[in-house]
Amino acid sequence: MIFQSTRMTWNIRVRFSLAFCILLMSAFAITAQNKPKEETKKFNENCLKCHGQSKYKYVNPESGAEVTKRMYLETIINRNEFYDSNHKTFKCTDCHSEDYDTFPHPGRLRMEAKYACIDCHGGDEAYAKFKFEQIETEFQASVHSTKHSDDFNCWMCHNPHTYKINARSEEKIKDIVAYDNAICLNCHADITKYQMLTDKVNPNILKTHAWLPNQALHFKNVRCIECHARTNDSILVAHNIQPKAKAVHRCVECHSTNSILMASLYKYKVQEGRSKAGFYNGVIMNEGYVIGANRNYYLGLISLIMFGCVITGILIHGSLRIIKRKK
Amino acid sequence: MSGKIYLYPVWVRLWHGLNAILIILLILSGVSMQYTDPANPFIRFDIAVKMHNISGIILSVNYIVFILGTFMTPNGKYYKIAMKGLTQRLIKQFTYYTFGIFKHEKPPFPISKDSKFNPLQQFTYVGAMFVLVPIVIITGWALLYPELVLTKIMGGSGLKFNDFIHVIIGFFVSFFMFVHIYFCTIGATFISNFRSMVTGFHESH
Repeated sequence: MIFQSTRMTWNIRVRFSLAFCILLMSAFAITAQNKPKEETKKFNENCLKCHGQSKYKYVNPESGAEVTKRMYLETIINRNEFYDSNHKTFKCTDCHSEDYDTFPHPGRLRMEAKYACIDCHGGDEAYAKFKFEQIETEFQASVHSTKHSDDFNCWMCHNPHTYKINARSEEKIKDIVAYDNAICLNCHADITKYQMLTDKVNPNILKTHAWLPNQALHFKNVRCIECHARTNDSILVAHNIQPKAKAVHRCVECHSTNSILMASLYKYKVQEGRSKAGFYNGVIMNEGYVIGANRNYYLGLISLIMFGCVITGILIHGSLRIIKRKK
Repeated sequence: MSGKIYLYPVWVRLWHGLNAILIILLILSGVSMQYTDPANPFIRFDIAVKMHNISGIILSVNYIVFILGTFMTPNGKYYKIAMKGLTQRLIKQFTYYTFGIFKHEKPPFPISKDSKFNPLQQFTYVGAMFVLVPIVIITGWALLYPELVLTKIMGGSGLKFNDFIHVIIGFFVSFFMFVHIYFCTIGATFISNFRSMVTGFHESH
């Protein structure tokens, strides 16, 4: 009996160790897969030695003199941001023409068509869970697309050199909010960028949102898209940006147990199944408190029972007083 | 013996009347926000928020009036609890309310110029006015200016802690209001105590 028990313990240990090893190896494999190869980094340095900084140098073949020029701001790629982005494992020439290896770059390359997200991610089983096709459909229906036609593309919000997936992370909600709102503010708080697409004057966001109580608190805790995009049950981040008139204005859309935040900002966490016992919309409670959306079932029940007892007590006491008075 | 004693000066009656209206508005708007239902709102959320904020601010000012009036006029003496024999006095008053009142016994602590409140009233009024209301006011202001709230309290969200305290204490204040209104019906007549808060004269049994 003792022997059998020892053998069982031994078996469990062996199995546990094996499972641990497999887990560890998988973790290493995933980590290695997500890291840019040194070879790629070395290759990219051919581009980044100029495009990775604010100035670049070249030797003028006519005069033989070394010339220093300022790099055009839009073509500067920050190495740290790029190697932290979703596309960090890419070679520059995975997306750009290999003809860029000559300098000066051929002029025709300026007309090079840029890839949109769907060009690489569309119809790919590996990215099926991100539902790029649906995101594309939603985007096409949004004001960003309908008002600006092809001038407005994925790049406007998701710079492939820096974009980092955010909503499907375990990061703090406030960090996700700050990152995502910075994407909107990139144009909506910058008149130069805003007027690249329109001749209209960029409205002052603080003034147009003056009606919003605790404005600063809202800006810090919810994304612009919570009110400005139509939620879609089948995709994680809404891309159908609505016209101004259709933006959410009713407080109860968020401030109720049926809060839309559960279908937008907290959707990923809801899907991950995190919940707090007894709390309505418990995931919101991790980092904040939304009046009307966060109630505790048990506290509500206790207060209802206590309230019921008081009313019953008053009724009994009052009735007895009336009865005794009559006598 | 029956008679009238002038117990409630004008400022007390004005303060009390305003306080009563504000507390009722705060309870109604507070409950509406807490149990908000987009389809059938009791009070529309944005209106409830404004109602709650404005009432809360006026209540805070009114509370300062109460504190000044209480400590600068003889009214303060009614809130001084004599600790000696307190438990016995509370039990005696409680026993009167649960049994004596039905046997038409005389109140054990009749209202007089020197003693406006019976021990139970005194105890609960002190609790409400010097514990519950200050907490609900402080946490309420913290909700108006959430950036001033400590972000972390005991490892948890400070804002969440503050909000729960506000809601829970708010519940006890509404609890107090119901009991208070009911006990006001226990006077010389059913409405005599309510009349007192208009005329200023307490009518004895």
